[in-house]
Amino acid sequence: MITPLAFLNGVDPWIFTFSLVTVVVTIGMGIWSARTSKTASDFFVAGRSVSVGWNASAISGEYLSAASFMGIAGMVMSSGYDALWYPVCYACGYLFLLLFIAGPLRRFGAYTIPDFAEGRYDSPVFRKIAVVFVLFIGFFYTMPQMKAAGTTLAYIFPGMPYWGGVVLVGAVITLNVALGGMKGITLVQAVQYWVKLFAISAPVFVLMAVFGFYNGQLGANTAPGEAAPAVQSVERKPLVPKAPKDASWIAPFGPLTTKAVNAAAATIKDDAARKAYLEEHQRPYSLLYTYSLIMALVCGTAGLPHILVRFYTNPDGAAAKRTTMWVMILIGVFYVFPPIFGVIGRNLTPDLYSGIGAKGTDKVVLELPTLLAAKFGVLGSILSGITCAGAFAAFMSTFSGLLVSMTGALAHDVYGRMIRPEATAAQRMSMFKWCAILVGGIAVILGCFVEPLEIAFMVGQAFAIAAASYFPLLFMSVWWRGMTMKGAAAGMLTGGLGALVAAALTNVATLSLDPGPMGKVFAGFKPMNIFWAAHPLLRILCEQPAIWAVPLSIGLMVVVSKLTAGQVPGNLRKKMLVLHAPEQLGLKQEYIQDQAGGAGH
Amino acid sequence: MPPPPPPHEDVVHSEPFLRSLMRRQLSLSIACAVTFLVVLLGLPLLNYFAADLMATRVAGFTLSWLVLGVLFFPFIWIISWVFIRRSIALEEDEVKSVKR
Repeated sequence: MITPLAFLNGVDPWIFTFSLVTVVVTIGMGIWSARTSKTASDFFVAGRSVSVGWNASAISGEYLSAASFMGIAGMVMSSGYDALWYPVCYACGYLFLLLFIAGPLRRFGAYTIPDFAEGRYDSPVFRKIAVVFVLFIGFFYTMPQMKAAGTTLAYIFPGMPYWGGVVLVGAVITLNVALGGMKGITLVQAVQYWVKLFAISAPVFVLMAVFGFYNGQLGANTAPGEAAPAVQSVERKPLVPKAPKDASWIAPFGPLTTKAVNAAAATIKDDAARKAYLEEHQRPYSLLYTYSLIMALVCGTAGLPHILVRFYTNPDGAAAKRTTMWVMILIGVFYVFPPIFGVIGRNLTPDLYSGIGAKGTDKVVLELPTLLAAKFGVLGSILSGITCAGAFAAFMSTFSGLLVSMTGALAHDVYGRMIRPEATAAQRMSMFKWCAILVGGIAVILGCFVEPLEIAFMVGQAFAIAAASYFPLLFMSVWWRGMTMKGAAAGMLTGGLGALVAAALTNVATLSLDPGPMGKVFAGFKPMNIFWAAHPLLRILCEQPAIWAVPLSIGLMVVVSKLTAGQVPGNLRKKMLVLHAPEQLGLKQEYIQDQAGGAGH
Repeated sequence: MPPPPPPHEDVVHSEPFLRSLMRRQLSLSIACAVTFLVVLLGLPLLNYFAADLMATRVAGFTLSWLVLGVLFFPFIWIISWVFIRRSIALEEDEVKSVKR
């Protein structure tokens, strides 16, 4: 084959075709809908005219990212029971959103969290502070999507380097967003939910029918206190040395939550002393880790900017609540499946435990259907193609959604309100495109660095930052009348930045241990691991910051608001009425006037 | 564009109305949240203090895995369904009380 096309060597035609079709259809729908969306209001929130069914599918489609599609399966395979908290809490985060935030936020009639921040506190300054976190959370969230893109392309094209996949996918999606806007994305996201559900469930059913069901596959692992596995009829390949043992994998408080303490114990030379140390610290610390993780994921869902913006496309507060319930059902059904991949993967593809980066457990979803190809030929290849299509749908839809939110923040808030408030509609529209290219470019560069990190873990960090910044802001602003702008800003900034710095420190320290090129880039951060080995508790608090960052944020909001109690925004009763009264009372008003009419006037 | 003048402006804009509006919705939300949190936060405690019980095999699953990986989803659907029914009923009630 000609050299420039060498990366096509060893490509399975079925997998290639399915993936290509997904990409082409996605882009096609984007271009098609670009022709029907003309005003800026269309671009930002799809003209607020989306039905509950469409909206719930679209929110689910946007929410089910690469972390859900590939990351959870990979993490269940690598860490076992503890990783189950991820899918469960991704789904129950919506319950918090439903109970406390969804209805009131929609009623307030602001487009985005920065809009809400400005409207609730009558403060354009606060908008500028609030907008920063759209970008922080967004970039943290795009990194795992980029890793998924790199991993999938490296799988489809065995000759392609990891960064090649990141650049290619990043460029395609960025272009699509720059041309289509969000109207296109509502349709695309809704369709992609159903693509993802099909792509995750169909291969699971076939795999289970051939190799044994969920309970049997799980039962092949020996639980603590058992002499032999509960089920011995399931085919099982021998585990590699790097794989966790059965007992710690299937039981709570396994490798994920005990990593820090195990690293600390490894530095103790004396056997008896090490055993005593583990005995004393391992379980309490992993309980703390578990609670911090739960808190990050449950509160974080309610503070994700690219999800919240979708609630404004509901016609009223009651519809926003109904939509949330349907989202929980749609994503709940989806989340039963990825762990099954992880469980089957542990039995059938244990070599993935020894792989690193794009060749590790994060690709178990892609790898398992190929086992069917060995048995059934073309049928297996087709199933493999379907999972690849699902993976593409996963990282494309979430990345597009994030890109729209971040680009919206830049074009709408930073450019349209801070830099050039007098810009015309045409200027704003062209700025939207340039901002999309800028944001997409930065996301691609960041994505190239994160190959050694686990997908689901990185998404968890984005949630922790959202949990410590936007969640307290929204929750307190909606339900507490005593909040002042200074209180809100102090809490959001301190909690959010604290979580951000902690998460970033954990990542650079982990990257410094990478045997590949990233280890050299981040070598300067190696000493941090030595420090953490001596202080495992600090390591856990850095890796999972929610447990201190969320109370810190809420606490500061209360204290500072009390101190500045004289500055409670005026007209408060009216605002609270708008937030809480049903629309039938005729109180609703579009808070930010020029956006309500569409910035395209 | 100013909103159309609401009916019975005095009632709607009175302090007691807002207070009861927020209190009724919030107490419903908190009741649902507490039910949910007891189960969510109780599960790690059960795993911690009743490890043997949670490791019991149920058709191949451990009890803990079955609860978290499968049964938890229907549980949150039920809570959200109850919440939505009650919350929308509350709203209709509020509208009625003002328009009366």
